[in-house]
Amino acid sequence: MKALTFTLVAEPPERLDLSLLTAERLAGIERRDFEKIRIGMSKHGSKVGDIFRVAGNNLLDIVFEGGSARLDRVAEAMRGGSVRVVGDAGAQAGRAMRGGTLTIEGNAGPHAGSGMRGGRLEITGNAGDHLGAPLAGELAGMNGGVLIVRGKAGAFAADRMRRGLIAVLKGAGDNAGSRMIAGTLVVAGGTGEMPGYLMRRGSILLDRAPKSLSPSFVECGAPESVFAAVIDRHLIAEAILKRPLLGNAPQKYGGDNAVLGMGEVLFPR
Amino acid sequence: MPNVSVNGIVIDDTFAEAFGMRATAIIITAPNRKWARQAAITMTGFATSVIGCGCEAAIDVELPPSATPDGRPGCRVMIFAMGTDELQKQLLNRVGQCVLTSPGSACFAGLEGSAALKLGSALRYFGDGWQISKKIGGRHFWRVPVMDGEFLCEATTGLTKAAVGGGNFFVMAETSARALLAAEVAVAAIGLVPGAIVPFPGGIARSGSKIGGKYKGMIASANEAYAPTLRGVVRSELGADINAVLEIVIDGETNDAVAAAMKAGIKAVIELGPKRGAVRISAGNYGGKLGKFIYSLKDMLP
Repeated sequence: MKALTFTLVAEPPERLDLSLLTAERLAGIERRDFEKIRIGMSKHGSKVGDIFRVAGNNLLDIVFEGGSARLDRVAEAMRGGSVRVVGDAGAQAGRAMRGGTLTIEGNAGPHAGSGMRGGRLEITGNAGDHLGAPLAGELAGMNGGVLIVRGKAGAFAADRMRRGLIAVLKGAGDNAGSRMIAGTLVVAGGTGEMPGYLMRRGSILLDRAPKSLSPSFVECGAPESVFAAVIDRHLIAEAILKRPLLGNAPQKYGGDNAVLGMGEVLFPR
Repeated sequence: MPNVSVNGIVIDDTFAEAFGMRATAIIITAPNRKWARQAAITMTGFATSVIGCGCEAAIDVELPPSATPDGRPGCRVMIFAMGTDELQKQLLNRVGQCVLTSPGSACFAGLEGSAALKLGSALRYFGDGWQISKKIGGRHFWRVPVMDGEFLCEATTGLTKAAVGGGNFFVMAETSARALLAAEVAVAAIGLVPGAIVPFPGGIARSGSKIGGKYKGMIASANEAYAPTLRGVVRSELGADINAVLEIVIDGETNDAVAAAMKAGIKAVIELGPKRGAVRISAGNYGGKLGKFIYSLKDMLP
């Protein structure tokens, strides 16, 4: 079976909700009806056929050829298979996904991987604010899976994260890992102001000393760490990084002592 | 079939009889080989026989840094017991007292088995609330604060029900020194076989036993048929040329591992030859009725 391919014909005239175009949501729909699915979010009411040329029929291998910052909610809640976006994606890409792989070969908007629970989301370009983070009013952020951003991430990456791994390779904005409950955030390329702000537990692993930390973080020494060796090897084995991030005895800061204080910020000395 | 002779060494027409056991394995790492071995040797001390130690344990193989999860030197340790509950108890006691305490150590699962045994998921309570749970690539680890940093320990390890305990053979020589040399070359050869351990001191047992005894409460007692000083007094298995017998007892992850270890050990003894080592090789059994696994010596020849 050939990959189910949605080829973008022209820049969309409105924001699009692509959450219906996943294997799970398309499963009960006849192939010939795919073009009739309404995805437009304004009075235009665009249908799939107005925006994309559709080919192929393999629901477990979905490709969006051509991207746009207006393509919102790509692969939302997907559970298996693979989705690939050749180009940019809009807001909430891969939100609440539970399995499978989502690859965005471009930039992603805000709330990419928001609340994801499993699977692997890889963004080759930059990601917007609130990477993996909950929407306003939600309590939990990312709760499992692997989220990789090869470029930069905006502010509040990994906000309220509970479980899983987020790796940002070219720097994150302010308040990375804010309010973390647990889980692991890796940032290479520097962070903005106050990473780990109000984090309870969890690990923020950096490739350099943070330029600012909340004063409620405390210095915790730099003993040899097997955990550092294991996570370094894991990141290299998963092809997330090319060389070790932390080394054998990273510097540790513990915090945020304004809350529970069982989190950590680690970076090589 | 009569006894055969290979390279001048008589091979008895008999067999080793072994039993099904439960087994697990862990990988212990440390900053260097010396301390990886030290932790492994300490936790496998007093683990020669299930009769009195609760389990049988030893180092299976040493691992180079390239073969361990954290890139440090390590040892794969195997532990065997008769039941799952006893195995679990021995594992936690030994890792808790001997590996957690050893400087710079870390502990990983060493077996993917049919079921899981608790490892870090029980030892984490040493952390008294400061322990940290980490899931890395589908594996679950606990980080427990200790005085030289952190003890990293995988949450569980595997259990196999296909393990075999009690594979064995006897090396029989004209002098104690020759018997010891023959047994040593056998142990060295078995050390290279993955998935098999020789749990007695240095891999060698000199007090091979029979079941029961004349005194009440003795589970095992002297195997007088193989004791050279009793050669004239009892119905002895020893000819006039034998003055020392040593036994190699083998536990393996599988039936095949035990057979491979017996083959490797017997091959080494035969290659050593009768002038420097053993003049005869035999094996221990209970008539073939008790053990599920039978290893006929004639099938174990090189």
